[in-house]
Parts: sequence; structure tokens; C-alpha cells
Amino acid sequence: MPAARDAARPLAGPEPLIDAHAHFYHAGCGRADWADVNAARMRAGDRIGITYHVASILGSFGFTSPTYFPSPADVTHGNDAMLDMCARDPQHVRMKVMVNPNYTEHALSEIERCVARGAIGVKVAASRRADDPLLDPVCELAAAHGLPILHHIWQHRRREWPSQEISDGADLARLAARHPKANFILAHIGGGGDYMHTFPAVVDCPNIFPDLSGSGVDRGMLDAALDTLGPRRLLWGCDLTIDTGLAKLRALEVIGLSADELAAIRWRNATDIFPPGSFPRCV
Amino acid sequence: MIDVNTLIGPYPFRHVPHPDPDVLIRVLDREELDGAWVGHLPSAFYREPSLGNRELYSALAPFASRLRPVPAVRPDWPKWHDVVRDAARAGAPAIRAYPPQWSMGPHDSNMSELALAAGEQGMALVLTVRFEDLRQRHSLDSAGDLSAASIRSLARAGESVRLLVTAAGREMIEEVHWSLTPAEQARVFWDISWVWGPPEDHLAKLFRTIGADRFVFGTQWPLRLTQTPRANLELLPDDVRGSKMSDARDVCRAAMAESTGVRI
Repeated sequence: MPAARDAARPLAGPEPLIDAHAHFYHAGCGRADWADVNAARMRAGDRIGITYHVASILGSFGFTSPTYFPSPADVTHGNDAMLDMCARDPQHVRMKVMVNPNYTEHALSEIERCVARGAIGVKVAASRRADDPLLDPVCELAAAHGLPILHHIWQHRRREWPSQEISDGADLARLAARHPKANFILAHIGGGGDYMHTFPAVVDCPNIFPDLSGSGVDRGMLDAALDTLGPRRLLWGCDLTIDTGLAKLRALEVIGLSADELAAIRWRNATDIFPPGSFPRCV
Repeated sequence: MIDVNTLIGPYPFRHVPHPDPDVLIRVLDREELDGAWVGHLPSAFYREPSLGNRELYSALAPFASRLRPVPAVRPDWPKWHDVVRDAARAGAPAIRAYPPQWSMGPHDSNMSELALAAGEQGMALVLTVRFEDLRQRHSLDSAGDLSAASIRSLARAGESVRLLVTAAGREMIEEVHWSLTPAEQARVFWDISWVWGPPEDHLAKLFRTIGADRFVFGTQWPLRLTQTPRANLELLPDDVRGSKMSDARDVCRAAMAESTGVRI
């Protein structure tokens, strides 16, 4: 799968860059172009200069069970595909193990199985509200292994939305308060909803690290995140749109962050919350 | 390169930093853009936008060499033809209209008349599919997105029509494009401000299927980061990287040529 590397002149500069929120597909996802989309992520990553894609696969992405309510079989299949991708491109790909907390034993066994094969984080989608007690055993096991938990978030949950049991920053803050030894990645501040609600909702939770991913590129969003949370709490990521990831990197440069602050968002914060040694090329 | 999709003035549903023409000039310099077509953001939400147009003309006057006004015209208002003529006299390359915000449906004859009148003056009609992501809108922001049916209805209104549709995504663009005859397709230009790049590569797919010449550069500043469309272009796959999009002047020149035979 590795594409021809274009590392000579990366668009985002030569410094390390970790995409803390990436996804790949596999043949069981029901789309004929799944391999092309995976290759496009690597191609764009090479052009930007992404050092590591920290990725997960959400079951079958809706083909044989819902994306945000994946069946145990689909969770396992997706995790297997993700393990294979890591094995094929260990220089660039890292894995978060996907779990559905409605199936506690399966979720815990998947974490153990995939950590043994190199997974460095946990991905929780929108299968259960973030502050539900069913997430507690998942968080306890993740903390025991030193794995951060990326939780899918809708910024400001004002109502139910179809096909997911959506959580927002306030929901995740309650979970994070119960698990101070675990670190949480709050998914995609640009991924829909009102990010201006999210920042104050999590500001008092030092173990929550919002990622910048998502298609949303509102002017003022990054400024507000920095004003409220500061650069030590933010992680760079792309999710489904790498072009907006590059745009946000350039916007951060325009905002006037110091080199140290920019490095924190680009990669250093990620190296602090993922297990030691996860990113040997980020130094 | 011209940014065809910029606005000045505040947005009613969230704070937007520095939506001012002098800041826009600095942004154009930073992004190495030659100029911009500029609308007046609050006018989209006024019942009657004429006073907003006055503010627009006044605010842009000191920057006339780089910022061209794109006033709003509401075609169900008395004397709207005068507003169109005033826009042409003021050197506007286009006018803006906001059918969802003004409760005008896909087959509103006033909108068709406006599109034709603009075209006859050598101006394009700028349409806005959306200002914000559906998932974050204020509870009072209930107008909804501009529909594909509205766009194709206007594209079919007559030969002089030139549409510049901003803030559309891939599905909308494909639905409209393939619902039109080749002659009608040629009347419609799209900005790239809301089209996804990799890994889904929507922009690349659109360049391959309907052609890069149907697209122009637009950012939707001050609502969105100006860096996004350029990043999208830089991340195009090799087979379409460097594809030649249309220039803003192509949109106007085409309209002028159709109506008067004059090329600018």
C-alpha cells in the first residue's frame, strides 16, 4: 500500500506531524473504491508531510452494521484490517482499536488482542453516550495500558440525531472526571455542531485533548480553541478531509504561535498522551 | 487569481472576526490573490438590502482597484430593475441573491427575471448554497440550503443567464450539472470553497467528470479559512493537479459576450 514518498518538500514543512484522527477502509465496507480512498490518504499525507496516521476502522462503515453501532463481528473484522495495514506500513500507520461498549466483554477482549499486536489507542464511536457507566470498564483498561481514548463527539448536543447516540463535550467531561488516569481525545472540533460550546465544557478537564479535525473551517474556531484551552491541549488531525487539515496548519501559522507551540499541536502533545515509543520518528 | 466569494460585515448567528475590507486586503496579500468580488453579509438577512448595498459601495470605494462590489438585489421588491442598473453602472461584475433567506422557491418567476436582467447587463448572478454547516446552525437560522432545483431552474431561464454558485458540495454540483443541457451547463460556474479534497477527492472527481473550467476560486471569507481552497488545489492527484480553472473574468466576459458582444 505505501505510495511513492514525496518527502523532499512536504507542504506542511519538514517537522514531525501526527494525524491523531484518521480512518481507513477495507473490502468489507461496501464501497468499490475503498483501496483508492486509502491510497489517497497516504498520497495526501506524503504531500503534506504526515509522519504518522493514527487510524481506526469503524467496523464495516455501515455496510453490514451501522457505522456508529457496529456489530462485534464487524468490529473485529475492522480491527483485523487495521492491524494488517499497520503491519504493511509500520513506518507511517498506527492503530486505535475500535470498540462498541454495548458489548463489554468483546470490547475488553478486542483491546487486549489488538494492544498485544501494537495498537496504541482506543476508538469509541457513538454507540453509547459518553458518560454511560458502560464505558467505565473500557476506560479502566485503556488507562491500565496507557492508551488514549478517541471519543466521537458532536459539538453541543441539542437533540438526538439519527444513526448515532451522540455525545458532546459536557458528556465527555463527566466521563473524564471519573477516569482521571485516562486521557481522552475529543473528536473533530470541526466535525459538526457548535465548537464554542465544547471549549468551556472541557476546559477544566486536563485529561481531555480536542483534535482539530473535521471539514469545518470556520474562521475564529482555532482562535477560540487556543484562547480557551491553549496549545498544550490541542491535537492536529484530519478525519475525512485532509485538505482542511492542511488549511488549519497554515492558519495556525498565521495566528502567530511560537515554534514550540506549533510543535505541540503538530506532534508533541500526541507523543505525550500515546504510549511511550509509539512514534520513533518524532523527535 | 480572483476570489469570487468574499463578504464584509457581521454575520447574525455567530461572531466572525474582523469582517472588514482593509483586513480582506491584507488576507489577499497574504494569500497572493489579485482581488476579490465582495458582497455584504448582513444584506442576506435584511428584508430589503438596498441600504446594505450603499454600505458596501462606500466601504469598498477606498479599495476599488482590488475589491469589486457584488450588491444584493431582491427581485420581489419595487424598482429592483433600478438596483440592477445601478450595480452595472457601479462596475459590479455580478449581483447576489438569496432565495432561501427570502422565501423564494425553485420556480419563483421573480428570480428568473433577475437572472435574465443581470445577464443582459453582462453580470453574473451569485447564489449561495449555505453559509454554515447544517449541523451547527442557530435555532433561528431556519432558511435551509439553496436547492439544486432552484439552480437548474435559473440555468434554464435563458441564454443570457450566468450563474456563479458558491458553497456547493459534490452531490449538489453533480445533480445540477447532469440535469442540464450542454448549453445550460455552460451558464453555470461553481466556486470550490465547500468541495472536499482527499482522501475522498471530490474536487479531483469533479475536475475529471465535468471539467475544471466550470470552477472558479472562492473562499467564503470571512466565514471560512481562506487557506482551504488553495490547500485543496495543492493536494489534487497528479492527473488533475495544475488543471486550469476558469478565472473570475471568464464568468463576466462570457456573460458580456452573450448579451452585448463586448468582451472585457
